[in-house]
Amino acid sequence: MLLEAVSQQVRTFVIENYLFGQERTLQDDESFLDAGIIDSTGVLELVAFLEDKYDIKVADNELTIENLDSVGKVSEYVRRKLAVASPEADPASDMTRTGQGL
Amino acid sequence: MSKKATFSADILRLDPAVETDRIVASIRDIVFNQLKRRGAVVGVSGGIDSTVVAFLCARALGKDRVHALFTPEDESSPDSLQLGRAVTEALGIQSTLEDISPILSGARCYERRDASIRLVIEEYNATYKCKIALPDPLEGGDYSLFSVVVQSPEGQTKRVRLTPAAYLGIVAATNFKQRSRKMMEYYYADLLQYAVAGTPNRLEYDQGFFVKNGDGSADFKPIAHLYKSQVYQLASYLNVPEEIRLRPPTTDTYSLDQSQEEFYFTLPLEKMDLCLYAKNNGVSAAELAPSLEMSAEKVERIYRMIEMKRKAARYLHAPPLLSDSSL
Repeated sequence: MLLEAVSQQVRTFVIENYLFGQERTLQDDESFLDAGIIDSTGVLELVAFLEDKYDIKVADNELTIENLDSVGKVSEYVRRKLAVASPEADPASDMTRTGQGL
Repeated sequence: MSKKATFSADILRLDPAVETDRIVASIRDIVFNQLKRRGAVVGVSGGIDSTVVAFLCARALGKDRVHALFTPEDESSPDSLQLGRAVTEALGIQSTLEDISPILSGARCYERRDASIRLVIEEYNATYKCKIALPDPLEGGDYSLFSVVVQSPEGQTKRVRLTPAAYLGIVAATNFKQRSRKMMEYYYADLLQYAVAGTPNRLEYDQGFFVKNGDGSADFKPIAHLYKSQVYQLASYLNVPEEIRLRPPTTDTYSLDQSQEEFYFTLPLEKMDLCLYAKNNGVSAAELAPSLEMSAEKVERIYRMIEMKRKAARYLHAPPLLSDSSL
């Protein structure tokens, strides 16, 4: 499933970049803010990762807690962006075909 | 009387005479008794914070025991030096001008920064002016990402959101400015056997709006407990020249004018003051919201951003950490 794949990729990115690969359980709904996982520079890096990985553009007004504050929220946000970008296609199969590693 | 009815900007009003006396006594004790230094070096930028610190130090230690330092560089606003001189003239304290441009050039500050800008704006070169800026808070979301703004010699401006590499490269290079200034302040501190006065206000200190081992470094920080509006109250009481009190706060770090709001706080300083005070004193977002003419939800988000920056500032505040606690 796309959502699960995105979720796994985001989780891997967060663990590698903000937890430095240290083993730690990261729940889908765990708040990055409350856990002190990501600071403002981290948000910049996360946004760059999402834009690069999924070929989306994150607008300033989309930089919200609702969209970016947990693995689950980020994944859901990416899913919505991809659905808007290709409403007629199944984003999962499209991303798989174009070889973007989902 | 209910908390809601009393909560407004008035809550930050202080008795400037009492507060001045308290700080003055503290500076005297810190410098003479605790640090055993003969006076204080103050880097005077022409801004309200360093001016108030210079006034307080002169009152505490005597005007002959305060040395002001002006440290302009090629991209500084000429206003800063002019206002700085107004401070030293008003106080009758000694001052030295040290142009730090050669230090910055030697460290390749400008060159490194410009290379980082070119990562996102290819045509940028040293004839352009530049700054980094946050979006208008009314247009952005909860998080704010920096853009670089450049202006060509013909006056054309371009704004591009920064990539992580460009952002970190610009900030790392620009931080040479604050660190070079601090290095120069400690030169005079060594020469005169003085202590270095730090000039952060409470917003800056709490939220990490300073460069580690740059303007964050000092031997004492006499106004770090004061909200920005309280610094202005003291400035008025101390008869700080009006031109300094009326000047909008600026970072004076980039060649294009940059307000502190667009560099760090994203909210007007008086509103940030109230948010920080309210959060620190257990005032709920719902109680604070009417004073700011914002929704409680928006205030709650600001509270969370304050907390995020506070956590990020821990690294900036941390002294060198030891692996063995026996020392």
